[in-house]
Order: sequence, then C-alpha cells, then structure tokens
Amino acid sequence: MTEIQKSWALHLGVIALLFALQFILPAYHHGSLARVMVLTCYAMGYNILFGYTGLLSLGHALFFAAGMYGLSLSIQHLDWTAGPALLAGLATGFAVALVVGMLLLRTAGVAFMIVTLMFAQAGYLTVLYFGEWTRGDEGFVIQQELRRIAGFDLSDPTSRYFAALLMMAICIIITLRVVQTGFGRVLVAIRENEERTRMLGYDIQRHKLAAILLSGTMSAAAGAAYGLLFGYAGATFASVQYSIFPLLWVLLGGAGTVLGPFIGTLFMFYLIDLSSELTTAYMLIAGLVLVALTLFAPQGLVGELRRRTLRWLP
Amino acid sequence: MSLLSTRQLSRHFGGLKAVENVDFDLPTGQVRALIGPNGAGKTTFVGMLSGRIPASNGQVMFEGRNITAEPAHRRIRAGMAYTFQITSVFGRLPVTENVALAMRWRTGGDEAETKRRVAESLDRVGIADRADQLAGDLSYGHQRLLEIAMGLSQDPRLLILDEPTQGLADSEIADFIALIRSLAGEMTILLIEHNINVVMQTADAITVLNSGQVLAEGTPDEIRANAAVQAAYLGTG
Repeated sequence: MTEIQKSWALHLGVIALLFALQFILPAYHHGSLARVMVLTCYAMGYNILFGYTGLLSLGHALFFAAGMYGLSLSIQHLDWTAGPALLAGLATGFAVALVVGMLLLRTAGVAFMIVTLMFAQAGYLTVLYFGEWTRGDEGFVIQQELRRIAGFDLSDPTSRYFAALLMMAICIIITLRVVQTGFGRVLVAIRENEERTRMLGYDIQRHKLAAILLSGTMSAAAGAAYGLLFGYAGATFASVQYSIFPLLWVLLGGAGTVLGPFIGTLFMFYLIDLSSELTTAYMLIAGLVLVALTLFAPQGLVGELRRRTLRWLP
Repeated sequence: MSLLSTRQLSRHFGGLKAVENVDFDLPTGQVRALIGPNGAGKTTFVGMLSGRIPASNGQVMFEGRNITAEPAHRRIRAGMAYTFQITSVFGRLPVTENVALAMRWRTGGDEAETKRRVAESLDRVGIADRADQLAGDLSYGHQRLLEIAMGLSQDPRLLILDEPTQGLADSEIADFIALIRSLAGEMTILLIEHNINVVMQTADAITVLNSGQVLAEGTPDEIRANAAVQAAYLGTG
C-alpha cells in the first residue's frame, strides 16, 4: 500500500469503528461520544490554522459562536427550519472569517494572537449587548420540534449520534484532502518557513486567507451543529474559555495531524469526566496529567505516535 | 538583449543611501558575479531585484517588462529563482518535499511529473542518494546544494545565488565551481559572492559595488587590474 492508501484506510477505518460503536455503547457514553465528535469538528477547524499553517489563534470561539448564533437566531427569530438555519450558521462563520481574516493578514506573531483574542472578546460582548435576542449568559433552548432535518429528529440519541459522526467524517475527509494536495503542502511550508515559501513563488497572503476561511467555516459548522444537536445556545460558547479549549485539544492530540483533534478532544473529555467522579478537585488531576503529557509527549498523542513509529501519518 | 536590467535603482534607509542610482544590465546567458566589500549594498540590491525589498526609486526590468511593483512571488513565477544567503531549507520536511514545493506550481498538481523533476534536480546537484532524508539532517554543504536544486527545479531563466559558498569546505567549493560551470549556457546566473577564487573561475563578467554604487564592471581580468577596485578592497590610494 502507498502512504496515501494507508492513510485513507486508517481514517475510513476509524469512521467505520465509530459507526459500529453506536450499536454497543451504553447510553451515557453514546451521548458523550456524540458531543465529542461535534467538538472534534471544532478542533479540526482550529487545527487547519494552528497545526498546519502555524497561526496561533486565541479567538476561535468567535467562529464557533458565529455558527451557533447564525443557526439558532434564524430558527428562533426568523422561524427558519433547521436545514436553512444550518446553512445560515455556516455562512455567518464564513463571513466573519472573511472580515476578520482580511484584518488579520496585516498582523503576525504575537500581534496575530492579540488581535484574534480581541475580536473574540468583541464577539462575546456583542452577544451580551444584544441580550434581548440572544438572552446573553442565560442563553435559550431551541425547541425539540424545530430540530429536525429531512424527517430526522436530531434530539433523538441515535439520529444525533449519526449526525455528529457524519459531520466529523466530512471534516476528516476535507482535512485529509487538504493535506494531500498542493494547497495543504504550501500551508505546511508557510508554518515551517514563511519567507522561504514566498521566495519559492507562493502568494502567502492568499494562502493564509484561505486557511482562515476554511478554519473559521469548519469551526462555525461545529458551533451550528452543537446548537442543533444539543438544543441550546448561550454566551458561554463565545467566551474566552471556548477559545482555549480547541487549542488544548489540538495540542494534546497532536497539532498538524488529522486524527489528533479527535484523540485530544476524546482524551480531555474523559479525563475531566473520570476525574470528577473521583474527587471534586478534578481540575487538579486533569492539570497534572496535562503537565505530564506536555513533558513526555510534547507533540501530542498522535504526534508522538507519528514520531516514534508511524512516520506516514498525515 | 538584457534579461534583467535596472535604471537609477535606489534604496534609502532613513539618511543611509544603501543603493544609489544603480544602472545594471545582465545579458541573457551570462554568468555575472556581483562583488563588493561588506556594506557595499549587495544584499539590498539583490533584495530589490527579487522583490524582498521595495525600491525607493528607479526601475527593475525583467525580459523587457517593468517589474518594479510586482510582489516577490510573481517574479519567481516569471522565471527568477532565488537562493538564500543563509541556508533556509525546510528542515523538518523530506529533501524531496523541499524540491517539490519549489516547483509544484509549475506541474499543476501532476504528482508523477513533480516526482520526476524532483529526482532530476537532485541528481543534477549530486544529492539524489539523500532524497528520503529530512532536509535538516543533511550536512551544511548538502543543504546548500539542496537550495540550488530547489532553484534549478523551477527551470528558471535567471538563477540568483546569494553567497552560495559561504561556510563551505574547500573540496565542496571545488564541486560548486564545477556545478556552476555546467549550468552556464543553460540559464543566466547572478552570483553574489565573497570568495574571489570562485568568482574568477565562474564569472563571464563582474560588477563591483561600493557604497551603494557601481564602482566598476568588466571581465574578470579587467576587474583584477582595476586600480579603483583594489583601492576599495584593500583600502589603499
């Protein structure tokens, strides 16, 4: 098998495994996994920009929330059905990424991080300011009967699991395609050495903007799906905490690997879940594990696997 | 006809005139060396040719076209390959991917063709046996050769080599001279070089920069005999 065939086999295998798990998992883990898969899409969007292009954003909650509110506000206040509302969420994310991206192209390094942080903060405050529609911190519930696409009731655990899996599968396939094509290779080259890449004949700004658009839209898709599948939109999802989460997930799983975001999100979710069963000081346990991982697997779980044995992992 | 020429090309940094009114003509097919003492403005001048540094004044023409306002990446795609003074390969990527990145835009996504040209370029500079290593694991001399392979893979009309022999051992320099000689005739080469031996053995013509201006221009023998050049280098007269 060539490396490309191997990586398709592995990733499609993971998707098939998750499909099969649906039938054997107990209800609790079944629900958790659906949540993890949606959040993985968020982490994968983040990974396009951070892991592959080398741009560290501290404000991705802006895109997640753009998707979530694009969907939920059009259901709540425009009486749209779930399908068009989902597209509205994607479009909102794309538009926000376009505007923010154009401005971000003028920055580099620390300035890039600060500007992303500021935009996300502005987004958070905007959600609070328009509390009359968004209900601010308290948020609002999307009624169960409105959460239907093509006859599927997405509040039903089985449909929800499949919707989440479908969405993650799409994100995995998009990311795989990106890293296998010339476009993705150029993103990696920009991460490794921007000036050299420019002097090989590539338009850096255009590639960075494309990466921001893809990353922002994928994050928005995750936000919209989260709102739709779990039936709630609130300002917490626009807060700085939700900008830090994808960074953590991606770092833990392995920045610049296709499966890293999934492994990282899954690991973090169950780390907190299991440690909070043991003690109320669960953040202490989680913190210690994170420190240990940073020390012993600085490239993340999948990154470490790639370094040690599977050199071909994309 | 000149492949590359400049008219009144200038760059000022505040009050410092790093390059001042340089008229320069590089005929097609020539190997031209650009020399000058430290601080003569060589790097700034070449930066303006390749688009890394915007010109304060004047024009750069490439194949008869005014490219003064064009961004660097477009100049590269127009046929101008550039190798860095300080080795600047992608250390964490394989040697083959380094070269593939240099020219994938030319093959339009045809990976088989890309692969073929990558092998050809690596073979040309003599590091085909290192193809599967990470570029960062290569010796310094091989990294410099990889840089040149990246330039060659673009099949450029003009190859700009910025201090290519800096930090090389004597034996590697001899190989490098042979490589440049084998390339002469296939493409126009602009060589920015400190090592006078290399210059004398490879260049058809030499331009000497001093204090941001052209001090002298001519064949290696003429330059060797030029009193003003000797004065600039040795500080006499």
